[in-house]
Amino acid sequence: MDWAALWLSLQLAGWTIIILLPVSVFAGRWLAYANFRAKGVVEALIAVPLVLPPTVFGFYLLLAFGAQSPLGAAWSGLFGQPLVFSFAGLVVASVIFNLPFAIQPAQRGFEAIPKDVREAAACCGMRPMTALARIELPLAWPGVVTAMVLCFAHTLGEFGIVLMVGGSIPGQTKTIAISIYDRVQGFDTAAAGTMAAVLLVISLTAISLTFWLSARFGRRFT
Amino acid sequence: MALRVSLRATHPIALDVAFDVAPGQVLALVGPSGSGKTTVLRAIAGLFAPKDGKITVDGAVWTDTAAGVNMPVPARRLGMVAQSYALFPHMTAAQNVMAALGHLPAAARNPEALRLLALVNMADLAQRRPDALSGGQQQRVAVARALARAPQVLLLDEPFSAVDRPAREQLYTEIRALRAQLKMPVVLVTHDMDEAQMLADHVVVLQAGRVLRAGPVADVLVDPLALRSIGLAEAGAVLQARIEAHEDDGITRLICSAGPLFVPQINAEIGTPLRLRVQAQDVILARTRPAGLSALNILPVTVLAVRSGDGPGVLVELRAGDDRLLARITRRSAQNLALLPGVGCFAIVKSLSSTRVIIRAENQPN
Repeated sequence: MDWAALWLSLQLAGWTIIILLPVSVFAGRWLAYANFRAKGVVEALIAVPLVLPPTVFGFYLLLAFGAQSPLGAAWSGLFGQPLVFSFAGLVVASVIFNLPFAIQPAQRGFEAIPKDVREAAACCGMRPMTALARIELPLAWPGVVTAMVLCFAHTLGEFGIVLMVGGSIPGQTKTIAISIYDRVQGFDTAAAGTMAAVLLVISLTAISLTFWLSARFGRRFT
Repeated sequence: MALRVSLRATHPIALDVAFDVAPGQVLALVGPSGSGKTTVLRAIAGLFAPKDGKITVDGAVWTDTAAGVNMPVPARRLGMVAQSYALFPHMTAAQNVMAALGHLPAAARNPEALRLLALVNMADLAQRRPDALSGGQQQRVAVARALARAPQVLLLDEPFSAVDRPAREQLYTEIRALRAQLKMPVVLVTHDMDEAQMLADHVVVLQAGRVLRAGPVADVLVDPLALRSIGLAEAGAVLQARIEAHEDDGITRLICSAGPLFVPQINAEIGTPLRLRVQAQDVILARTRPAGLSALNILPVTVLAVRSGDGPGVLVELRAGDDRLLARITRRSAQNLALLPGVGCFAIVKSLSSTRVIIRAENQPN
């Protein structure tokens, strides 16, 4: 059992959802309410990580993070270390490839709030941030929580992108999914089996949680 | 605290509307669906930005496209009752009302919410969530919430359309009772003429986004042009009456200025004032007092005017004591009976059970 890899994966997933929580709420809310011509294009762009093979996505991120790219150069200029093959690079990659998981369920959650209920909040004198806190989040939170659970579970299991962008540096970029692969390569089936079981339990818990929440969510608006 | 509205828009519908509402006055916006009623209401609330328009409340500018003023919705001190009530589903009735009491110190909100709920007879159900309330009860909570901000303008968007008829009559009664306490202009959007006649003083008839007719309810709702837009079947007049006696056979005797009326039992005390809407199609006319007729309600009336439109029917405007009455008959009958202004005749009210009876609040004008 590679505890360092599990801890690294948990840290990566934790940072990912900390960064994506406000993105989930504000981007999801914006897409749910806004009505503009290019909305379909924006939604399609956000969904790209769902359809692009992870290795392909990782390959492009690797190019974008590299020292020759503007982003990579700016990052090393700012922090004095490269973005590729670092934990920070993994977090950035993880945030990007989790965008659809963070935004789409939250968007569905905000979309489910009837328009006249939102308008009633404004007519009651609530400014947008007050309405968000008192009316919209209490109604849409199952969508936001579902988004965070999906991001967390998805980050723990991601393999292709993490390998491309992070390599496999123990303690820095070697996540549990990569560690499982390593152990299988080294014929250590017992350790691979333990770690796989841990991931299985986490995934099953996550999916049960989201199903339970969406059931609650459905009841709320009938 | 008057409301002045003038609006022009081309999208989503063509709109060219202007009207004023005085404090304490109820203005009904009526017209067929798609005529722009709700859009006008939304513009007053700030939920719709007209291309061209000016809305002032008590002199304060809420919208003025020429000056680039568009006050945000939360800054407009208004009360709105939406068609679906739009209660906050995760809050109790009391919390829903408290949500609109943000201007009060936190400690004052709960007692004020309970006071407002008591005003609409909902004090007992204050701790229930909307999904545990009937349509009529939700409507009352919505009214209490709309009144919570001590609004400068009260907007009612077909507030009774989702409530069944008996509950609606009860609500009309309560709203009329509340009117004595409402000092702000009230705009009521409705397609129901009963509602307009029972609750409003003035009416604006909209058609395809334009004002077809505007004025006091009693004048506009006998106008053939306005009626063509609203639907002739909706034509009717309101009689003021008072309960005189409950008779043994289950009939309640009323007295109006033109004479007695008999209706199925009304559960209210003797002396209670009422407003009865009599539909024009329920009134037939005779030159002599008919005898041997099963109809109980026969009133002596005088013809004020005979208004004809395109069809074979005419609308006869009648004076019945101090009130007006409308009868819808054929042009041929009007000729046969020689109905001309000033002619005396008898109005036989075929049905009073189909018309709504409202217990009028005390000390009400009109």
